[in-house]
Amino acid sequence: MSEYVIEMLNITKEFPGIKANDDITLQLKQGEVHALLGENGAGKSTLMSVLFGLYQPESGIIKKNGEEVKIHNPNDANALNIGMVHQHFKLVEVFTVLDNIILGAEPNTFGFLRKAEARKKVLELSERYGLHVDPDALIEDISVGMQQRVEILKMLYRDNEILIFDEPTAVLTPQEIDELMEIMRNFTKEGKSILFITHKLNEIMAVADRCTVLRKGKLMGTVEIKNTTKEELSRMMVGRDVQFEVEKGEEHLGDVVLDVKNVTVPSKLHANNAVKDVSFQVRAGEIVCLAGIEGNGQTQFVHALTGLDKMSAGTITLCGHDITKAKIRTRSKLGMSHIPEDRHKHGLVLDYSLEENLVLQRYWEPQFQSAGFINSYAVRKYAEKLIEQYDIRSGQGPVTTARSMSGGNQQKAIVAREIDKDPELLVAVQPTRGLDVGAIEYIHKQLVAQRDAGRAVLLVSLELEEVMSVPDRILVMYEGEIVGEFNPKQVTVQELGLYMAGAKNMYRDAEKPLESNSVSTEDEVIEG
Amino acid sequence: MKKGLISILASVISILVGLLFGFLLLLVVNSGEAVGKFGELLTAGVSTLPKMAKVLYQAAPLIMTGLSVAFAFKTGLFNIGASGQYTVGAFAALACAIIFQMPWWACLIASIIAGAVWGFFPGLFKALFNVNEVITSIMFNWIGLFAVNLACMNIRNAAGKQIMLPTAWVNSPIMDRTASLSYANPDAMIPKWGLDTLFESNYMNISIFIAIAFAIILWVVLNRTTFGYELKACGNNKNASIYAGINAKRNIVLSMVIAGAMAGLGGGLYYLAGTADYNIQKVLLAMGFNGISVALLATSNPIGTIFSALFISYIQVGGESLQPTFAKEMIDIIIAVIIYLSAFALLTKTLLGKAIKLNKTNVNEDKTVDAEQEDLKAHAQQAGDNGKGVLPPTVADNKESEGEK
Repeated sequence: MSEYVIEMLNITKEFPGIKANDDITLQLKQGEVHALLGENGAGKSTLMSVLFGLYQPESGIIKKNGEEVKIHNPNDANALNIGMVHQHFKLVEVFTVLDNIILGAEPNTFGFLRKAEARKKVLELSERYGLHVDPDALIEDISVGMQQRVEILKMLYRDNEILIFDEPTAVLTPQEIDELMEIMRNFTKEGKSILFITHKLNEIMAVADRCTVLRKGKLMGTVEIKNTTKEELSRMMVGRDVQFEVEKGEEHLGDVVLDVKNVTVPSKLHANNAVKDVSFQVRAGEIVCLAGIEGNGQTQFVHALTGLDKMSAGTITLCGHDITKAKIRTRSKLGMSHIPEDRHKHGLVLDYSLEENLVLQRYWEPQFQSAGFINSYAVRKYAEKLIEQYDIRSGQGPVTTARSMSGGNQQKAIVAREIDKDPELLVAVQPTRGLDVGAIEYIHKQLVAQRDAGRAVLLVSLELEEVMSVPDRILVMYEGEIVGEFNPKQVTVQELGLYMAGAKNMYRDAEKPLESNSVSTEDEVIEG
Repeated sequence: MKKGLISILASVISILVGLLFGFLLLLVVNSGEAVGKFGELLTAGVSTLPKMAKVLYQAAPLIMTGLSVAFAFKTGLFNIGASGQYTVGAFAALACAIIFQMPWWACLIASIIAGAVWGFFPGLFKALFNVNEVITSIMFNWIGLFAVNLACMNIRNAAGKQIMLPTAWVNSPIMDRTASLSYANPDAMIPKWGLDTLFESNYMNISIFIAIAFAIILWVVLNRTTFGYELKACGNNKNASIYAGINAKRNIVLSMVIAGAMAGLGGGLYYLAGTADYNIQKVLLAMGFNGISVALLATSNPIGTIFSALFISYIQVGGESLQPTFAKEMIDIIIAVIIYLSAFALLTKTLLGKAIKLNKTNVNEDKTVDAEQEDLKAHAQQAGDNGKGVLPPTVADNKESEGEK
C-alpha cells in the first residue's frame, strides 16, 4: 500500500498555444489536509478537471493507492470515491436537505425511494462529524454555512474518501470558518484526505499539513506547512514579495461628504425592509467599511445610495446636496463614483471594447464628444493614458473586447475609470472579489491613495482581512441594520464575527444589558 | 476589421449552403431541367437591364425593413413589427398622395412618421411596463393591417366614393386595391431622374439611393455618435447602461421609434414607385418579415443590410425565371431555405470565430500571460458546459464570472 491515496504524477495538459499544466505532480497523503494554492489562471482548475476526467492530460498518470487508474469522466472519479464541495453550491433550493443529499444516488426498490434508510444514514453521518444538519429543512431556509454542510454530507453519503473543497470559506463568518476547520480535522482523523483549494494564506497556515503551489501552470513546489511562513507561500505563488499590511498614514479628516439619514429600502423578495433606518456619515479623508455577511442588506443599501434602486424613507446628502431622489447621472456629476459589486452585470459592457468601457461614465463630456459625435481620437488617447497609468493589461490594448480580459484586469479597468473621475466619494463594493493577492494589493493601495488625497471612501466588503486592514472605521450590518461601529485597531476578528452573525448588537445590547451574548451563534446563523 | 471579415464570411457560407440545398431540391423534382434552370436562377438578376432594375427596386424597401430590424437588434430589441410599420407607412404615403395630393417627398415624410408612431407604442409598453416587444409588435402588425384595410375601404370623398380605390378616379370595378398613382397623383411618384430610360424599365427610380443613404446614416449614428453608444450599451447590457446613468427607457422607446420609421419609409418607397398598388388583403405583408432575414443575414450591420437586401431581392427576381418549369412554390422554398440558413449566420460566425482563434493560437507561441488566462478560462468554461455543469473545476478560475449568479 502506497503512502499516497491519490497521486497525480507529471501531469501536462496543453491547450493550443499554452501549457495549462506543465509537468505537475500532486501527491495526497492518506489523512492529510493538502492545500492547493495559486493565483487565478495558475492551473488549479485545469488540474482538478484532469482529476475529474474532464480533460485527458497529454502526459502524466494518476494513481490511486499506488495503482495507476484511468479517469475518463466524472463518474469514474466518483467511483474512485473522489468528491468535491463547489464554491457555488449545487443545491435545489426548494428541496429538503435530505432530498438534496440523495439526489443522483437515490436508494430505491424498482424505482420507489427508500427514504427512511437514507435518512438514517444521513443522521448517522451528521452525528459522527458534528454537522448538526436538520434533514427536513428546506435549503432556501437554512444559512449558507448550513448549505455548505449539506454539500459536505453529499460527499460523505457517497462514501467519498478524497474530499475536495473549492474556496470553501468565502461565504462563511469567522465562527463558521473555525467550525469548518474543526470538521476538516475530524475528517482527517477518520482517515479521509482533503484537498483544499484556496488563496487565503491564513487558512492554509491554520489547517493544512502540506501545500502545493502553482504559478502560471508550473509547479512551484510542495511544502510542509510547519516549515514555512505566509510570506514564503505568497512569494512562491506570486513570484515576488507581497505586502499584507495595508500601508497607510494618519487620517486627516475633512468635511462630511456623505450624510445618510434613516435610510430604509424595501426588499424585492419579501415584505420586510432590506435596509432598516440606516444612518451614518463619511468624511473626506477616511475609509469607512460597511462589513457584514452577504445578503444582510449591503447590496440594497448601495443600490439606494447610488440611485440604482429607490428607497422608501430617509435622506442622502452628498457634499451638501440632497441626492435622495437624484438621477444616477446627477449623482455622478456631483462627485460620486461607484465600483459596483458585480462587474459583469453593472460594471462593464462586456461586448464593448476596453476604451469604450473606460469612458462609460463620461462619454458625454465635451472632451469626448462634440454635437453628439464621439471624438474617437480623444477616447483613444484617454484610454491609452488610463491603461498606462493603471497598468491594465489586455491582448490588444484599447480595442480589446472587455469580455476577453482577465477578471483582475477588468476590475482594474473599472477602478481606473471610477478613480480617474476624481470623485468626492468613492463607493467601492467588494472591489477585490475573486482577485488574486497581487491585484488585491494594488486595489487596496488605490483606495488608500484616494483617502490620502482627501476623498471619502465607502468600502463594502465581506472579506474579513480586508475589513480589518483597509478602513479607518467599520460599520457592521446585520439584517439591514447597523449593529455596531468599530475602530479596526481596537476590535478582534472574533468580536466582529459575533456582530456580523447577529449575536451582538451594540445599540440594542446597551438597552437590555448582558443577555447571554456568549451563547453559541449557531441558532442565529441558521435563521440568518 | 477581422471581425467584419468573419461576419461576411459567415453570411456567404449560409448563402452557399442554402443555394446548394435549392439545387438538390430542383434535382429531385426535375433532374433534366435542374442544371439549366439553376443557372438561370443565379444569373437572371443580371441578365438584362430591366431585371437589374427590378432587383434594385425590390431591394430598396427590403433595405429599409432590414434596417428597421437590425437597428432594434442593436439595442437588444426584436422588432417583429416591421410588417405592420411597413403597412401603415405605405398607407400614410398613399393617403397623402391620393387624398391630399401631396408631392412625393411629403408622402415619404408621412410614411416615416406613421411607421415611427407604430414603433413608438411597442417601445413605450416595453419601457414603462416591461411588456415584451415581440408580443406587442405582433399585435400591432394585425392592428395596422386591418386598420389600413378599413381606412382604404371607408374613406370617401365629397361625392361619396371610396377615394382610396380606383372607383373614385376611373371607371373601374376593381375593389381590392388602391388607386394607381399614374392617374390619381403622378407627382407623388418617386422621381426617376432618367434611370427608367437608362435601365429600360419603369421599375427604376431613386428609391435605392434613398435606402442606401439611410443605411449609411444609421451606421454613422450607431458607430460614431453618443446616441448610438448609448443605444448599443442598452442593448448589450441594460444594467451597466443604467449604472452609467443612461436613460434606458428613453432609449428603448427611441430605438423602436427609429426602427418603425425605417420600416414605414420602406412602405412609402415601395408603393410610391407607381408600379404596384396596395392590395387589400388579409395576410401580413412579407416585406416586413423578409426584413428579419435581411437583418440576420447582415448580422445587424446597417451597411451589411444593403448587400443582404440586394441578394434577397436578386434571388427573388432569379426565382421568377424558374417558372413555368418549376412551380412558384419551389422558388419560395429555395428562398425560404436560404433565409432560414441566414438565421444561422450568427452561429456560423461564432464557429468561424472560434476556429480562427484556435488556428491563431497554434501559430503564436509567445503569448502574453493575460491571453493565456483567457484561454484557460475559455477552456474551463467549455469543460463546464460539456460536463453539463455537474462538475467542479471551472469554478476556481471562473470565480468572478460565477460570482454574479
